[in-house]
Amino acid sequence: MAYDFHRDLQSIQAPVIHFDHVSKNYQKGIPALDDISFSIEKGEFVFIVGNSGSGKSTLLRLMLREIAPTKGKVYVAGRELSRLHRYQVSKYRRSIGVVFQDFRLLKDRNAYDNVAFAQRVTEVKPSEIKQRVPRMLSLVGLTEKYKAFPAEMSGGEQQRVALARALVNNPVILLADEPTGNLDPKTSWEIMHLLEEVNRRGTTVVVVTHNHEVVDSMQKRVIMLRKGRIISDEKKGGYVYAKY
Amino acid sequence: MRSIRTFFYCLRQGIRSIFHNGMFSLATVGTIAASLFLLGLFFFVTTNVRYMISEAEQNVGITVLFDEDADDEKIAWIGEEIRKRSEVSEVIYISPEEAWENYKKDHFNEELAATFGDDNPLEHSDSFRVMLREVEGQPVLVRFIETLDGVRQVNAMESVADSLSGINRVVALISVVIIAVLVAVAMFLIHTTVSMGISVRRDEIAIMNLIGATDFFVRFPFMVEGMLLGLCGALIPLGILHLIYARVILYLTGEFQSVFQSITFLTEKQEFQYLTPGLIAIGVLIGWLGSSVTSSKQLKKIGLR
Repeated sequence: MAYDFHRDLQSIQAPVIHFDHVSKNYQKGIPALDDISFSIEKGEFVFIVGNSGSGKSTLLRLMLREIAPTKGKVYVAGRELSRLHRYQVSKYRRSIGVVFQDFRLLKDRNAYDNVAFAQRVTEVKPSEIKQRVPRMLSLVGLTEKYKAFPAEMSGGEQQRVALARALVNNPVILLADEPTGNLDPKTSWEIMHLLEEVNRRGTTVVVVTHNHEVVDSMQKRVIMLRKGRIISDEKKGGYVYAKY
Repeated sequence: MRSIRTFFYCLRQGIRSIFHNGMFSLATVGTIAASLFLLGLFFFVTTNVRYMISEAEQNVGITVLFDEDADDEKIAWIGEEIRKRSEVSEVIYISPEEAWENYKKDHFNEELAATFGDDNPLEHSDSFRVMLREVEGQPVLVRFIETLDGVRQVNAMESVADSLSGINRVVALISVVIIAVLVAVAMFLIHTTVSMGISVRRDEIAIMNLIGATDFFVRFPFMVEGMLLGLCGALIPLGILHLIYARVILYLTGEFQSVFQSITFLTEKQEFQYLTPGLIAIGVLIGWLGSSVTSSKQLKKIGLR
Protein backbone atom coordinates (compact mmCIF):
# COMPACT_ATOMS: atom_id res chain seq x y z
CA MET A 1 0.00 0.00 0.00
CA ALA A 2 1.30 3.50 -0.83
CA TYR A 3 2.41 5.52 2.15
CA ASP A 4 -0.03 8.37 2.81
CA PHE A 5 1.90 11.29 4.33
CA HIS A 6 -1.09 13.53 4.49
CA ARG A 7 -3.05 11.01 6.56
CA ASP A 8 -0.08 10.37 8.87
CA LEU A 9 0.67 14.04 9.32
CA GLN A 10 -2.93 14.71 10.26
CA SER A 11 -3.15 11.86 12.72
CA ILE A 12 0.33 12.02 14.29
CA GLN A 13 0.64 12.82 18.00
CA ALA A 14 4.44 12.65 18.25
CA PRO A 15 6.62 15.54 16.91
CA VAL A 16 5.63 16.33 13.38
CA ILE A 17 9.21 17.36 12.49
CA HIS A 18 12.28 15.95 14.20
CA PHE A 19 15.96 16.70 13.47
CA ASP A 20 18.27 14.11 14.98
CA HIS A 21 21.94 15.26 15.13
CA VAL A 22 21.77 16.66 11.62
CA SER A 23 24.82 18.10 9.85
CA LYS A 24 25.03 19.40 6.33
CA ASN A 25 28.25 20.15 4.47
CA TYR A 26 27.98 21.58 0.98
CA GLN A 27 31.76 21.57 0.52
CA LYS A 28 34.71 20.72 2.69
CA GLY A 29 35.18 23.38 5.34
CA ILE A 30 32.58 25.14 7.48
CA PRO A 31 29.37 23.10 7.74
CA ALA A 32 26.07 24.81 6.86
CA LEU A 33 24.51 22.90 9.75
CA ASP A 34 26.46 21.30 12.57
CA ASP A 35 24.90 18.58 14.72
CA ILE A 36 21.42 20.09 15.02
CA SER A 37 18.68 18.39 17.05
CA PHE A 38 15.18 19.71 17.71
CA SER A 39 11.54 18.74 17.39
CA ILE A 40 8.44 20.62 16.29
CA GLU A 41 5.07 19.50 17.62
CA LYS A 42 1.91 19.35 15.61
CA GLY A 43 0.17 22.74 15.47
CA GLU A 44 3.21 24.75 16.62
CA PHE A 45 4.21 28.14 15.22
CA VAL A 46 8.01 28.36 15.09
CA PHE A 47 10.37 31.12 14.00
CA ILE A 48 13.83 30.14 12.78
CA VAL A 49 16.09 33.17 13.06
CA GLY A 50 19.74 33.96 12.54
CA ASN A 51 22.14 35.96 10.43
CA SER A 52 22.87 35.28 6.77
CA GLY A 53 24.82 32.06 6.43
CA SER A 54 23.63 30.75 9.79
CA GLY A 55 21.96 27.75 8.11
CA LYS A 56 18.26 28.80 8.18
CA SER A 57 17.58 28.13 4.51
CA THR A 58 19.48 24.83 4.65
CA LEU A 59 17.13 23.82 7.45
CA LEU A 60 14.09 24.54 5.29
CA ARG A 61 15.59 22.76 2.28
CA LEU A 62 16.16 19.69 4.45
CA MET A 63 12.52 19.79 5.60
CA LEU A 64 11.42 20.02 1.97
CA ARG A 65 13.68 17.10 1.07
CA GLU A 66 15.39 19.27 -1.55
CA ILE A 67 18.70 18.13 -0.07
CA ALA A 68 19.78 15.28 2.19
CA PRO A 69 21.80 15.66 5.42
CA THR A 70 25.48 14.75 5.40
CA LYS A 71 25.03 13.24 8.88
CA GLY A 72 22.02 12.56 11.07
CA LYS A 73 18.37 12.08 10.23
CA VAL A 74 15.39 14.28 9.45
CA TYR A 75 11.98 12.80 10.34
CA VAL A 76 8.61 14.14 9.26
CA ALA A 77 5.54 12.33 10.61
CA GLY A 78 7.90 9.64 11.87
CA ARG A 79 9.33 8.94 8.40
CA GLU A 80 12.99 9.48 7.66
CA LEU A 81 13.09 11.76 4.64
CA SER A 82 16.37 10.41 3.20
CA ARG A 83 14.72 7.03 2.78
CA LEU A 84 11.95 8.35 0.55
CA HIS A 85 12.02 7.30 -3.07
CA ARG A 86 11.75 10.03 -5.70
CA TYR A 87 8.10 9.23 -6.40
CA GLN A 88 7.36 9.41 -2.65
CA VAL A 89 9.01 12.82 -2.40
CA SER A 90 6.41 14.37 -4.70
CA LYS A 91 3.60 12.85 -2.61
CA TYR A 92 5.29 14.12 0.57
CA ARG A 93 5.57 17.66 -0.77
CA ARG A 94 1.84 17.76 -1.42
CA SER A 95 1.42 17.83 2.38
CA ILE A 96 3.78 20.78 2.73
CA GLY A 97 2.99 24.36 1.72
CA VAL A 98 5.89 26.66 0.87
CA VAL A 99 6.10 30.46 0.69
CA PHE A 100 9.21 32.32 -0.51
CA GLN A 101 10.59 35.80 -0.07
CA ASP A 102 10.47 36.41 -3.83
CA PHE A 103 6.91 34.96 -4.11
CA ARG A 104 7.86 32.73 -7.10
CA LEU A 105 4.63 33.34 -8.97
CA LEU A 106 4.24 32.52 -12.65
CA LYS A 107 4.35 35.88 -14.35
CA ASP A 108 2.27 34.83 -17.35
CA ARG A 109 -0.67 33.69 -15.22
CA ASN A 110 -3.19 35.64 -13.18
CA ALA A 111 -3.82 35.21 -9.46
CA TYR A 112 -6.49 32.55 -10.00
CA ASP A 113 -4.31 30.48 -12.33
CA ASN A 114 -1.28 30.76 -10.06
CA VAL A 115 -3.28 29.26 -7.20
CA ALA A 116 -5.03 26.72 -9.44
CA PHE A 117 -1.61 25.68 -10.80
CA ALA A 118 -0.76 24.03 -7.46
CA GLN A 119 -3.88 21.91 -7.77
CA ARG A 120 -3.48 21.13 -11.46
CA VAL A 121 0.04 19.75 -11.03
CA THR A 122 -1.19 17.55 -8.20
CA GLU A 123 -3.94 16.30 -10.53
CA VAL A 124 -6.95 17.57 -8.59
CA LYS A 125 -10.36 17.40 -10.31
CA PRO A 126 -11.32 20.61 -12.18
CA SER A 127 -14.60 20.82 -10.27
CA GLU A 128 -12.68 20.78 -6.98
CA ILE A 129 -10.24 23.41 -8.28
CA LYS A 130 -13.18 25.69 -9.09
CA GLN A 131 -14.38 25.40 -5.51
CA ARG A 132 -11.10 25.61 -3.62
CA VAL A 133 -9.26 28.37 -5.47
CA PRO A 134 -11.88 31.13 -4.85
CA ARG A 135 -12.07 30.01 -1.21
CA MET A 136 -8.30 30.39 -0.79
CA LEU A 137 -8.27 33.77 -2.56
CA SER A 138 -11.02 34.89 -0.23
CA LEU A 139 -9.05 33.67 2.81
CA VAL A 140 -6.09 35.88 1.82
CA GLY A 141 -8.39 38.78 0.92
CA LEU A 142 -7.89 38.78 -2.84
CA THR A 143 -11.35 37.85 -4.11
CA GLU A 144 -11.52 41.00 -6.22
CA LYS A 145 -8.06 40.59 -7.71
CA TYR A 146 -8.37 37.06 -9.06
CA LYS A 147 -7.80 38.23 -12.64
CA ALA A 148 -4.73 40.35 -11.85
CA PHE A 149 -1.31 39.31 -13.12
CA PRO A 150 1.72 39.49 -10.77
CA ALA A 151 2.99 42.65 -12.50
CA GLU A 152 -0.33 44.36 -11.68
CA MET A 153 -0.13 43.54 -7.95
CA SER A 154 1.79 45.00 -5.02
CA GLY A 155 4.41 42.91 -3.16
CA GLY A 156 1.93 42.21 -0.36
CA GLU A 157 -0.72 41.06 -2.81
CA GLN A 158 1.76 38.81 -4.58
CA GLN A 159 2.74 37.26 -1.26
CA ARG A 160 -0.95 36.68 -0.50
CA VAL A 161 -1.31 34.84 -3.80
CA ALA A 162 1.77 32.78 -2.94
CA LEU A 163 0.21 32.01 0.44
CA ALA A 164 -3.08 31.00 -1.18
CA ARG A 165 -1.12 28.72 -3.52
CA ALA A 166 0.72 27.18 -0.55
CA LEU A 167 -2.54 26.58 1.29
CA VAL A 168 -4.76 25.40 -1.53
CA ASN A 169 -3.70 21.75 -1.19
CA ASN A 170 -4.61 21.88 2.51
CA PRO A 171 -1.05 21.32 3.82
CA VAL A 172 -0.36 20.02 7.31
CA ILE A 173 2.92 21.96 7.49
CA LEU A 174 3.54 25.44 6.09
CA LEU A 175 7.15 26.52 5.53
CA ALA A 176 7.78 30.20 4.92
CA ASP A 177 11.22 31.42 3.86
CA GLU A 178 11.52 35.14 4.65
CA PRO A 179 7.86 35.78 3.75
CA THR A 180 8.11 39.46 4.73
CA GLY A 181 11.58 40.08 3.32
CA ASN A 182 10.36 42.17 0.41
CA LEU A 183 7.44 43.86 2.14
CA ASP A 184 6.88 47.12 4.04
CA PRO A 185 6.11 46.86 7.79
CA LYS A 186 2.34 47.26 7.43
CA THR A 187 2.09 44.58 4.75
CA SER A 188 4.47 42.35 6.70
CA TRP A 189 2.06 42.42 9.62
CA GLU A 190 -0.85 41.54 7.38
CA ILE A 191 1.03 38.50 6.10
CA MET A 192 2.06 37.45 9.61
CA HIS A 193 -1.52 37.72 10.81
CA LEU A 194 -2.56 35.50 7.93
CA LEU A 195 0.07 32.94 8.92
CA GLU A 196 -1.20 33.11 12.50
CA GLU A 197 -4.73 32.49 11.24
CA VAL A 198 -3.51 29.50 9.23
CA ASN A 199 -1.80 28.17 12.37
CA ARG A 200 -4.98 28.66 14.43
CA ARG A 201 -6.74 26.39 11.93
CA GLY A 202 -4.32 23.59 12.84
CA THR A 203 -1.46 23.92 10.35
CA THR A 204 2.07 23.68 11.76
CA VAL A 205 3.89 26.85 10.64
CA VAL A 206 7.67 27.26 10.38
CA VAL A 207 8.85 30.77 9.46
CA VAL A 208 12.44 31.66 8.62
CA THR A 209 12.88 35.38 9.09
CA HIS A 210 15.13 38.34 9.80
CA ASN A 211 12.23 40.49 10.91
CA HIS A 212 13.04 41.42 14.56
CA GLU A 213 9.85 43.35 15.18
CA VAL A 214 7.59 40.56 14.08
CA VAL A 215 9.48 37.90 16.04
CA ASP A 216 9.62 40.04 19.19
CA SER A 217 5.99 40.97 19.27
CA MET A 218 4.41 37.65 18.26
CA GLN A 219 5.91 35.78 21.22
CA LYS A 220 6.08 32.40 19.51
CA ARG A 221 8.74 29.72 19.76
CA VAL A 222 12.07 30.98 18.40
CA ILE A 223 14.98 28.79 17.35
CA MET A 224 18.10 30.85 16.77
CA LEU A 225 20.97 29.62 14.63
CA ARG A 226 24.53 30.85 14.41
CA LYS A 227 27.18 29.31 12.17
CA GLY A 228 25.10 26.21 11.68
CA ARG A 229 24.37 25.53 15.35
CA ILE A 230 21.33 26.18 17.54
CA ILE A 231 22.31 28.79 20.08
CA SER A 232 18.88 29.19 21.67
CA ASP A 233 15.43 27.62 21.54
CA GLU A 234 12.83 29.69 23.43
CA LYS A 235 9.24 28.54 23.83
CA LYS A 236 7.94 32.14 23.87
CA GLY A 237 10.92 34.03 22.68
CA GLY A 238 11.88 37.10 20.77
CA TYR A 239 14.70 37.99 18.46
CA VAL A 240 16.41 40.20 21.06
CA TYR A 241 16.38 37.61 23.80
CA ALA A 242 17.47 34.84 21.51
CA LYS A 243 20.41 36.88 20.33
CA TYR A 244 22.17 36.82 23.68
CA MET B 1 -10.11 9.78 -15.65
CA ARG B 2 -7.24 11.34 -13.77
CA SER B 3 -4.65 10.03 -16.21
CA ILE B 4 -6.71 11.20 -19.21
CA ARG B 5 -6.90 14.68 -17.67
CA THR B 6 -3.15 14.63 -17.03
CA PHE B 7 -2.52 13.43 -20.57
CA PHE B 8 -4.48 16.30 -22.09
CA TYR B 9 -2.86 18.79 -19.75
CA CYS B 10 0.60 17.57 -20.82
CA LEU B 11 -0.51 17.61 -24.47
CA ARG B 12 -1.58 21.27 -24.16
CA GLN B 13 1.71 22.13 -22.46
CA GLY B 14 3.67 20.32 -25.17
CA ILE B 15 1.85 22.14 -27.98
CA ARG B 16 2.26 25.45 -26.15
CA SER B 17 5.98 24.82 -25.88
CA ILE B 18 6.28 24.03 -29.60
CA PHE B 19 4.82 27.45 -30.49
CA HIS B 20 6.84 29.13 -27.76
CA ASN B 21 10.09 27.83 -29.32
CA GLY B 22 8.82 28.66 -32.82
CA MET B 23 12.06 28.82 -34.83
CA PHE B 24 13.74 25.92 -33.08
CA SER B 25 10.64 23.81 -33.49
CA LEU B 26 10.55 24.67 -37.17
CA ALA B 27 14.24 23.80 -37.61
CA THR B 28 13.72 20.49 -35.79
CA VAL B 29 10.69 19.55 -37.86
CA GLY B 30 12.59 20.58 -41.01
CA THR B 31 15.59 18.41 -40.19
CA ILE B 32 13.52 15.39 -39.22
CA ALA B 33 11.45 15.89 -42.37
CA ALA B 34 14.62 16.08 -44.52
CA SER B 35 16.03 12.93 -42.90
CA LEU B 36 12.83 10.99 -43.31
CA PHE B 37 12.32 12.27 -46.86
CA LEU B 38 15.74 10.88 -47.80
CA LEU B 39 14.95 7.70 -45.92
CA GLY B 40 11.76 7.42 -47.97
CA LEU B 41 13.67 7.94 -51.22
CA PHE B 42 16.21 5.28 -50.30
CA PHE B 43 13.39 3.00 -49.28
CA PHE B 44 11.86 3.46 -52.75
CA VAL B 45 15.16 2.65 -54.45
CA THR B 46 16.09 -0.33 -52.30
CA THR B 47 12.63 -1.90 -52.30
CA ASN B 48 12.35 -1.47 -56.07
CA VAL B 49 15.85 -2.86 -56.66
CA ARG B 50 15.00 -5.83 -54.44
CA TYR B 51 11.79 -6.27 -56.36
CA MET B 52 13.71 -6.15 -59.65
CA ILE B 53 16.20 -8.68 -58.30
CA SER B 54 13.43 -11.05 -57.28
CA GLU B 55 11.88 -10.61 -60.72
CA ALA B 56 15.28 -11.18 -62.34
CA GLU B 57 15.93 -14.20 -60.16
CA GLN B 58 13.03 -15.91 -61.81
CA ASN B 59 14.84 -15.55 -65.12
CA VAL B 60 18.41 -15.99 -63.98
CA GLY B 61 19.42 -19.61 -64.14
CA ILE B 62 22.51 -21.78 -64.36
CA THR B 63 23.07 -24.11 -67.32
CA VAL B 64 24.83 -27.38 -66.50
CA LEU B 65 26.38 -29.31 -69.42
CA PHE B 66 27.52 -32.94 -69.06
CA ASP B 67 30.55 -34.92 -70.23
CA GLU B 68 29.96 -36.51 -73.65
CA ASP B 69 30.22 -40.01 -72.17
CA ALA B 70 27.81 -39.32 -69.30
CA ASP B 71 24.96 -41.85 -69.43
CA ASP B 72 21.35 -41.36 -68.28
CA GLU B 73 22.13 -42.78 -64.84
CA LYS B 74 24.95 -40.28 -64.29
CA ILE B 75 22.78 -37.38 -65.49
CA ALA B 76 20.00 -38.43 -63.14
CA TRP B 77 22.50 -38.60 -60.26
CA ILE B 78 23.79 -35.08 -61.05
CA GLY B 79 20.18 -33.84 -61.11
CA GLU B 80 19.50 -35.35 -57.69
CA GLU B 81 22.65 -33.83 -56.17
CA ILE B 82 21.71 -30.38 -57.45
CA ARG B 83 18.10 -30.68 -56.23
CA LYS B 84 19.38 -31.39 -52.70
CA ARG B 85 20.89 -27.88 -52.49
CA SER B 86 18.90 -25.29 -50.51
CA GLU B 87 19.66 -22.47 -53.00
CA VAL B 88 17.91 -24.37 -55.79
CA SER B 89 14.25 -23.79 -56.54
CA GLU B 90 13.90 -25.86 -59.72
CA VAL B 91 15.94 -28.13 -62.00
CA ILE B 92 14.71 -28.54 -65.58
CA TYR B 93 16.18 -31.12 -67.99
CA ILE B 94 16.76 -29.76 -71.51
CA SER B 95 17.20 -32.53 -74.08
CA PRO B 96 19.53 -32.04 -77.14
CA GLU B 97 16.39 -31.71 -79.32
CA GLU B 98 14.89 -28.98 -77.13
CA ALA B 99 18.26 -27.21 -76.95
CA TRP B 100 18.57 -27.18 -80.76
CA GLU B 101 14.95 -26.00 -81.19
CA ASN B 102 15.49 -23.17 -78.71
CA TYR B 103 18.74 -22.17 -80.39
CA LYS B 104 17.13 -22.10 -83.83
CA LYS B 105 14.24 -20.03 -82.47
CA ASP B 106 16.55 -17.49 -80.87
CA HIS B 107 19.24 -17.18 -83.52
CA PHE B 108 18.08 -18.39 -86.97
CA ASN B 109 15.27 -17.50 -89.32
CA GLU B 110 13.22 -20.33 -90.77
CA GLU B 111 15.11 -20.37 -94.06
CA LEU B 112 18.50 -20.71 -92.41
CA ALA B 113 17.22 -23.32 -89.95
CA ALA B 114 15.87 -25.43 -92.82
CA THR B 115 19.38 -25.78 -94.24
CA PHE B 116 20.32 -28.03 -91.30
CA GLY B 117 17.62 -30.58 -92.17
CA ASP B 118 17.45 -33.29 -89.53
CA ASP B 119 21.02 -32.67 -88.30
CA ASN B 120 21.40 -31.64 -84.68
CA PRO B 121 24.75 -29.90 -84.01
CA LEU B 122 23.89 -29.94 -80.28
CA GLU B 123 23.51 -33.70 -80.19
CA HIS B 124 25.68 -34.06 -77.09
CA SER B 125 24.48 -30.85 -75.47
CA ASP B 126 21.68 -31.97 -73.21
CA SER B 127 21.72 -29.94 -70.00
CA PHE B 128 20.05 -28.92 -66.77
CA ARG B 129 18.62 -25.45 -66.33
CA VAL B 130 18.91 -24.71 -62.60
CA MET B 131 16.67 -21.95 -61.14
CA LEU B 132 17.76 -20.22 -57.93
CA ARG B 133 15.81 -19.04 -54.94
CA GLU B 134 18.15 -16.03 -54.44
CA VAL B 135 20.74 -14.58 -56.77
CA GLU B 136 23.28 -14.20 -53.94
CA GLY B 137 23.65 -17.99 -53.65
CA GLN B 138 24.80 -18.41 -57.25
CA PRO B 139 28.64 -18.39 -56.87
CA VAL B 140 28.60 -21.07 -54.14
CA LEU B 141 26.25 -23.26 -56.12
CA VAL B 142 28.36 -22.93 -59.29
CA ARG B 143 31.48 -24.00 -57.40
CA PHE B 144 29.60 -27.00 -56.01
CA ILE B 145 28.24 -28.16 -59.40
CA GLU B 146 31.68 -27.84 -61.00
CA THR B 147 33.02 -30.43 -58.53
CA LEU B 148 30.39 -33.03 -59.49
CA ASP B 149 31.62 -36.00 -61.52
CA GLY B 150 30.25 -35.96 -65.10
CA VAL B 151 29.82 -32.15 -65.31
CA ARG B 152 31.64 -30.63 -68.31
CA GLN B 153 30.70 -26.98 -67.99
CA VAL B 154 28.60 -24.62 -65.87
CA ASN B 155 27.30 -21.38 -67.42
CA ALA B 156 26.06 -18.70 -65.05
CA MET B 157 24.80 -15.16 -65.69
CA GLU B 158 27.05 -13.75 -63.01
CA SER B 159 27.19 -10.22 -64.28
CA VAL B 160 23.44 -9.65 -63.96
CA ALA B 161 23.26 -11.18 -60.51
CA ASP B 162 26.35 -9.39 -59.26
CA SER B 163 25.39 -5.97 -60.55
CA LEU B 164 21.86 -6.12 -59.12
CA SER B 165 23.09 -7.25 -55.71
CA GLY B 166 25.89 -4.70 -55.88
CA ILE B 167 23.51 -1.81 -56.58
CA ASN B 168 21.38 -2.82 -53.63
CA ARG B 169 24.35 -3.01 -51.28
CA VAL B 170 25.70 0.41 -52.33
CA VAL B 171 22.29 2.06 -52.02
CA ALA B 172 21.73 0.50 -48.60
CA LEU B 173 25.18 1.60 -47.40
CA ILE B 174 24.82 5.18 -48.62
CA SER B 175 21.34 5.40 -47.14
CA VAL B 176 22.46 4.13 -43.73
CA VAL B 177 25.32 6.67 -43.57
CA ILE B 178 23.26 9.68 -44.70
CA ILE B 179 20.30 8.77 -42.50
CA ALA B 180 22.54 8.26 -39.48
CA VAL B 181 24.03 11.74 -39.95
CA LEU B 182 20.60 13.34 -40.40
CA VAL B 183 19.13 11.51 -37.41
CA ALA B 184 22.06 12.74 -35.32
CA VAL B 185 21.40 16.32 -36.48
CA ALA B 186 17.68 15.91 -35.72
CA MET B 187 18.45 14.58 -32.24
CA PHE B 188 20.75 17.53 -31.61
CA LEU B 189 18.03 19.97 -32.64
CA ILE B 190 15.49 18.23 -30.42
CA HIS B 191 18.01 18.46 -27.60
CA THR B 192 18.37 22.22 -28.22
CA THR B 193 14.61 22.77 -28.47
CA VAL B 194 13.84 20.84 -25.30
CA SER B 195 16.76 22.45 -23.42
CA MET B 196 15.41 25.87 -24.39
CA GLY B 197 11.94 24.85 -23.28
CA ILE B 198 13.28 23.73 -19.91
CA SER B 199 15.30 26.89 -19.52
CA VAL B 200 12.27 29.09 -20.37
CA ARG B 201 10.04 27.14 -17.98
CA ARG B 202 12.67 26.74 -15.29
CA ASP B 203 10.74 28.74 -12.66
CA GLU B 204 7.55 26.90 -13.43
CA ILE B 205 9.29 23.52 -13.17
CA ALA B 206 10.94 24.53 -9.88
CA ILE B 207 7.53 25.47 -8.46
CA MET B 208 6.00 22.27 -9.81
CA ASN B 209 8.73 20.32 -8.06
CA LEU B 210 8.20 22.06 -4.76
CA ILE B 211 4.45 21.65 -4.70
CA GLY B 212 4.54 17.94 -5.39
CA ALA B 213 4.30 17.39 -9.15
CA THR B 214 5.49 13.91 -10.07
CA ASP B 215 8.55 13.37 -12.22
CA PHE B 216 6.29 12.12 -15.01
CA PHE B 217 4.10 15.21 -14.81
CA VAL B 218 7.13 17.49 -15.15
CA ARG B 219 8.78 15.57 -18.00
CA PHE B 220 5.85 14.34 -20.02
CA PRO B 221 5.07 17.71 -21.70
CA PHE B 222 8.64 17.74 -23.08
CA MET B 223 8.24 14.20 -24.36
CA VAL B 224 4.92 15.17 -25.95
CA GLU B 225 6.69 18.12 -27.56
CA GLY B 226 9.44 15.88 -28.94
CA MET B 227 6.99 13.26 -30.19
CA LEU B 228 4.80 15.88 -31.88
CA LEU B 229 7.85 17.41 -33.59
CA GLY B 230 8.83 13.91 -34.73
CA LEU B 231 5.29 13.20 -35.96
CA CYS B 232 5.18 16.45 -37.98
CA GLY B 233 8.65 15.63 -39.28
CA ALA B 234 7.29 12.31 -40.56
CA LEU B 235 3.96 13.48 -41.98
CA ILE B 236 5.48 16.20 -44.17
CA PRO B 237 7.84 13.88 -46.14
CA LEU B 238 5.13 11.22 -46.34
CA GLY B 239 2.84 13.74 -48.04
CA ILE B 240 5.58 14.80 -50.47
CA LEU B 241 6.62 11.20 -51.19
CA HIS B 242 2.98 10.32 -51.86
CA LEU B 243 2.77 13.13 -54.35
CA ILE B 244 5.96 12.28 -56.23
CA TYR B 245 6.12 8.46 -56.30
CA ALA B 246 3.60 7.74 -59.06
CA ARG B 247 4.86 10.72 -61.07
CA VAL B 248 8.50 9.59 -60.90
CA ILE B 249 7.65 6.05 -61.99
CA LEU B 250 5.55 7.39 -64.83
CA TYR B 251 8.40 9.70 -65.87
CA LEU B 252 11.03 6.93 -65.74
CA THR B 253 9.00 4.45 -67.74
CA GLY B 254 8.03 7.17 -70.25
CA GLU B 255 11.32 9.04 -70.76
CA PHE B 256 13.64 6.03 -70.49
CA GLN B 257 11.44 3.52 -72.21
CA SER B 258 14.35 1.54 -73.64
CA VAL B 259 15.94 1.04 -70.20
CA PHE B 260 12.80 0.41 -68.17
CA GLN B 261 10.56 -1.31 -70.72
CA SER B 262 11.09 -4.75 -69.27
CA ILE B 263 11.32 -3.66 -65.64
CA THR B 264 8.31 -3.42 -63.37
CA PHE B 265 8.15 -1.18 -60.27
CA LEU B 266 6.29 -1.69 -57.02
CA THR B 267 2.90 0.01 -56.90
CA GLU B 268 2.23 3.04 -54.70
CA LYS B 269 0.08 0.89 -52.43
CA GLN B 270 2.82 -1.74 -52.03
CA GLU B 271 5.38 0.95 -51.16
CA PHE B 272 3.32 2.94 -48.68
CA GLN B 273 1.83 0.04 -46.74
CA TYR B 274 5.19 -0.25 -44.95
CA LEU B 275 6.62 3.22 -45.50
CA THR B 276 3.75 5.13 -43.83
CA PRO B 277 3.75 3.34 -40.45
CA GLY B 278 7.54 3.00 -40.64
CA LEU B 279 8.27 6.71 -41.08
CA ILE B 280 5.68 7.74 -38.46
CA ALA B 281 7.16 5.28 -35.97
CA ILE B 282 10.73 6.45 -36.66
CA GLY B 283 9.75 10.15 -36.41
CA VAL B 284 7.90 9.68 -33.12
CA LEU B 285 10.69 7.48 -31.77
CA ILE B 286 13.39 10.05 -32.61
CA GLY B 287 11.27 12.74 -30.92
CA TRP B 288 10.56 10.67 -27.85
CA LEU B 289 14.13 9.48 -27.43
CA GLY B 290 15.66 12.93 -27.95
CA SER B 291 13.27 14.71 -25.60
CA SER B 292 13.30 11.98 -22.98
CA VAL B 293 17.09 11.87 -22.68
CA THR B 294 17.44 15.66 -22.84
CA SER B 295 14.71 16.43 -20.29
CA SER B 296 16.19 13.92 -17.88
CA LYS B 297 19.71 15.32 -18.28
CA GLN B 298 18.69 18.98 -18.17
CA LEU B 299 16.50 18.61 -15.09
CA LYS B 300 19.35 16.82 -13.31
CA LYS B 301 21.77 19.53 -14.40
CA ILE B 302 19.69 22.32 -12.90
CA GLY B 303 19.08 20.29 -9.76
CA LEU B 304 15.39 19.59 -10.28
CA ARG B 305 15.64 15.81 -10.43
